[in-house]
Amino acid sequence: MDISQSVIMTIMTAATPLLLAALGELIVERSGVLNLGLEGMMATAAACGFAMAIVSGSTTVGVLCAVLSAMALAGLFGFVTLSLGANQVASGLALTIFGLGLSGLIGAGFVGTSRPPLEPLFIEGLTDLPGFGKIIFGQDFFVYTSWILILAILIFLHLTRAGLTLRCIGENHHSAHAIGLPVLKTRFRAVLFGGACAGLAGAYLSLVYTPFWSPGMTAGRGWIALSLVVFAAWRAERVLLGALLFGGATVLQLHAQAASLGLPSQLLSAVPYLATLIALVFMSLGRKSGTVTPGSLGQPFVPER
Amino acid sequence: MKHIFKLLSVAGLALGLATGAQAQEKLKVGFVYVGPVGDFGYSYQHNQGRLAVDKALGDKVQTTFLENVPEPDSDRAIEQLVRTGHKLIFTTSFGYMEPTLKVAAKYPNVHFEHATGFKRAANVATYSARFHEGRYVQGVIAGKLTKSNIVGYVASFPIPEVVSGINAFMLGAQSVNPAIKVKIVWANTWFDPGKEADAAKALLAQGADIITQHTDSPAPLQQAEAAGKLAFGQASDMIRFAPKTTLTSIVDNWNDYYVARVKAQLDGKWTSIDTWGGFSANMVNMAPFTNMPEDVKKLAIDTEQAIKSGKLDPFKCPVYAQDGKEVPCNGKGALSDGQVLGMNFYVKGIDDSLPK
Amino acid sequence: MRLELSPRQNVWPLFRLLSPIFAMAMAGLLASLVIMILGQSPQAAFDVYVLGPLDDSWAIQEIAIKMVPLVLIATGLSFCFRANLWNIGAEGQFTFGAIIGSILPLLTQGMGFGPWVMVIALLMGMLGGALFSLIPAYLRAHLNVSEILSSLMLVYVAQLLLDWLVRGPWRDPNGFNFPQTVNFDAGSLLPVLMDDGRLHAGVILAGIVVLVSMIVLSLTLFGFRVKVIGSAPKAAGFAGFSSKETIFAVFIISGSLSGLAGIIEVLGHIGQLKPSISTNAGFTAITVAFLGRLTPIGILFGAFIVALTTIGGENAQIMLKLPLDLTTCFQGLLLLCVLVSDSLTSYQIRFVSDKPSPTTPIEDA
Repeated sequence: MDISQSVIMTIMTAATPLLLAALGELIVERSGVLNLGLEGMMATAAACGFAMAIVSGSTTVGVLCAVLSAMALAGLFGFVTLSLGANQVASGLALTIFGLGLSGLIGAGFVGTSRPPLEPLFIEGLTDLPGFGKIIFGQDFFVYTSWILILAILIFLHLTRAGLTLRCIGENHHSAHAIGLPVLKTRFRAVLFGGACAGLAGAYLSLVYTPFWSPGMTAGRGWIALSLVVFAAWRAERVLLGALLFGGATVLQLHAQAASLGLPSQLLSAVPYLATLIALVFMSLGRKSGTVTPGSLGQPFVPER
Repeated sequence: MKHIFKLLSVAGLALGLATGAQAQEKLKVGFVYVGPVGDFGYSYQHNQGRLAVDKALGDKVQTTFLENVPEPDSDRAIEQLVRTGHKLIFTTSFGYMEPTLKVAAKYPNVHFEHATGFKRAANVATYSARFHEGRYVQGVIAGKLTKSNIVGYVASFPIPEVVSGINAFMLGAQSVNPAIKVKIVWANTWFDPGKEADAAKALLAQGADIITQHTDSPAPLQQAEAAGKLAFGQASDMIRFAPKTTLTSIVDNWNDYYVARVKAQLDGKWTSIDTWGGFSANMVNMAPFTNMPEDVKKLAIDTEQAIKSGKLDPFKCPVYAQDGKEVPCNGKGALSDGQVLGMNFYVKGIDDSLPK
Repeated sequence: MRLELSPRQNVWPLFRLLSPIFAMAMAGLLASLVIMILGQSPQAAFDVYVLGPLDDSWAIQEIAIKMVPLVLIATGLSFCFRANLWNIGAEGQFTFGAIIGSILPLLTQGMGFGPWVMVIALLMGMLGGALFSLIPAYLRAHLNVSEILSSLMLVYVAQLLLDWLVRGPWRDPNGFNFPQTVNFDAGSLLPVLMDDGRLHAGVILAGIVVLVSMIVLSLTLFGFRVKVIGSAPKAAGFAGFSSKETIFAVFIISGSLSGLAGIIEVLGHIGQLKPSISTNAGFTAITVAFLGRLTPIGILFGAFIVALTTIGGENAQIMLKLPLDLTTCFQGLLLLCVLVSDSLTSYQIRFVSDKPSPTTPIEDA
């Protein structure tokens, strides 16, 4: 494997958990709900997924449990914010705190356990093509899932009736309600979908990226994923761009260090954050003023009388 | 309002007395950890030391720990241990130095032990381990086994302990392979498995065929295993994470030290001392040497023995700095402890520049 | 069956006051269940978690110390959030304030100047935090760049800057090359108020900030403007309130208070700069601000809950050997309970049977 191919593979690995979590959150926010609990859902999913994969000996079972556990947390969030109308920002933060604690309790029994990582795809004659073979035909389940998700979300949002409903509700829940669209039901489903994606991201961390569990292994990736949704201006294809940009800057700064550039390592470590910020500034320069945020984002829905 | 608090405090006192009466003879020993005990690295090993105290002296001692204590919160955490009757308290991270001293000044009858610091007081002892001895042995192994003559080093933060580790590794490697090169990546974290894995991948992609690390998770080892290369573990024996790749691990062993110090406290013989032990004090161990040919294994064991018996010092003079100038030799035939404890230069042959 | 919300017309004031107590009871019930499953007595746990930290002057002072940065930052954030500006980078402004505020104490270290160093340091800390918050404010006001992303990214930049400073130019020359500055002169530090604990003058500053912001929010035109811009941006436009000016104003308030919190932490009890000077106060304060419904008094209450459970959690680790993660879980649950009971006081909840037709909600309109 030549160096550029290996760099691209590493960037994709670093970008995938961000991408998965951000895509889920994108749907949630497009429906008008702000769930800041990504970090907590990812942490719980990482712990649950790893624990169940060890107990059952099956990666599939692990991934399923990770997804279900994150969906359970998302369901709790949905109940509190949608059914009971509690403040979304604070509930999301509380969910993060709860999820981080819960992950520690679940994972405690699995400290120091290891299992082999998920095998990537291998197709004779395709994966070993020089240059791009491994990049296109040698990824693992999660990477392909994230690719499919982007396409599916694009189609869903722009070509289906359900997607249109979701966008309407996110833009203005009162008028959506007035024309008879099911506001809370749609939002609840979106929140669950967001949970499932965060679950995949968490499972990716503990089953593929670094196949073991340790406390705090999400290391702030949930927050980065949240800000990528903003970076992407709530558009799926731009989430991919943002995740690759952020992952790429992270990986390239490590390569720059290994190549002994002689710059302060703190400066290089700051590159991913600065690069994302500068990219966003340039993208905003090219855009006419006006907001792209879903109109009802973060507001509880209470039918007007 | 004041009245209520008074009432409550009486109730609290009564409660304290009730539980205190049963445990009166038992010495309470407290530990403050900077990370979670489940990190399988630094804090995990300190906790193993605590469990060893429980095992050896459990009938006379009761141990308690506080995990994940952020540095700015440590004053309170330490004082809370004092106020709940702990008489000997181990604070296990460098960042706890000033807080430990502040609390110690307030409670002269309580004894404190601070790991990896350099300030002591009548009731504050310090202790640390000569991890660089283990790094030297790793260097010798890597020097023998590398085919590409490039070793990758995943480093955490440029503090003296890490810098002296890199130097000792390089000196060990150069002793058997003068042509060896080391590539260093500062992850700027002690613990972020994903980032550590990415750092290891970057080093592997740039030609390193052996990975060593001074960060706490087994992620770099796993990456080396996935790439079919070799690697060293950190802080605890990490072979279970990469059975085909792990050459050995440097194991922090606080067990004997903690048991000895708690015993001293029980016997009334505790004094404020500075302990900096390595192989010979059994504070640093090498995990079994694996995945290497017999001759390299033998060389590694011999090197470990030579350091243990005092025949070999990893920083034996002359030591040359990066620019080729000889470093003044302040110790007996080797660099002094002070020079190693405050090390902020690279030795010759490392072509990275030290972050200033 | 499904739940439907409707706003309560007149909320009995006592109801609002009792809501947090109801929440705590709810959380207590949940926690007791878990603790009983773990084989501990819920009463002992209550003593340790809640009464323990309240049982003497030292512990109460510690709660107050823990509350200071949370209250300061959350109060500043409440201005931003009221104006619908999502400054989530308070942690960065906190760090940058601590850096700028430390310049003078560092320069004058060992010269024995009096408390005026401290006063200027506090002001410079506020200035530092405000300057750092001007970046997201400018980007938002003039380039329409989302403040959520810019303020969050700048958190990491500020932390790495601090890391570089204390490992490089500001490192204590006699500190064996460890990453920390010299200890500041005792005269440059905030005075300690009690002799049996660590309570420092920062608590007075926090109190003043709460009072002033109560007045500003309820009595001044500016306070009114912030509220209007947040709740009805179009109306604010008609009223001639400039949204750009308001963006800068609330970011400067929030940034300077976060910066003040940063330098107070340094001068209040850390006494030097080192790589980690924060316990995540900048992020925790977001929770606190929303727990307190963005009102100064509510923020005091929110900060109290967080501080109490943090210290109670340490108690539980020591006295009951309950793992820290369990405390973290409880903390999350308690926050959720507070939010739920808060919303129960504002909304009436009715069970309605599901009707098949999607158009039924119209009947409510």
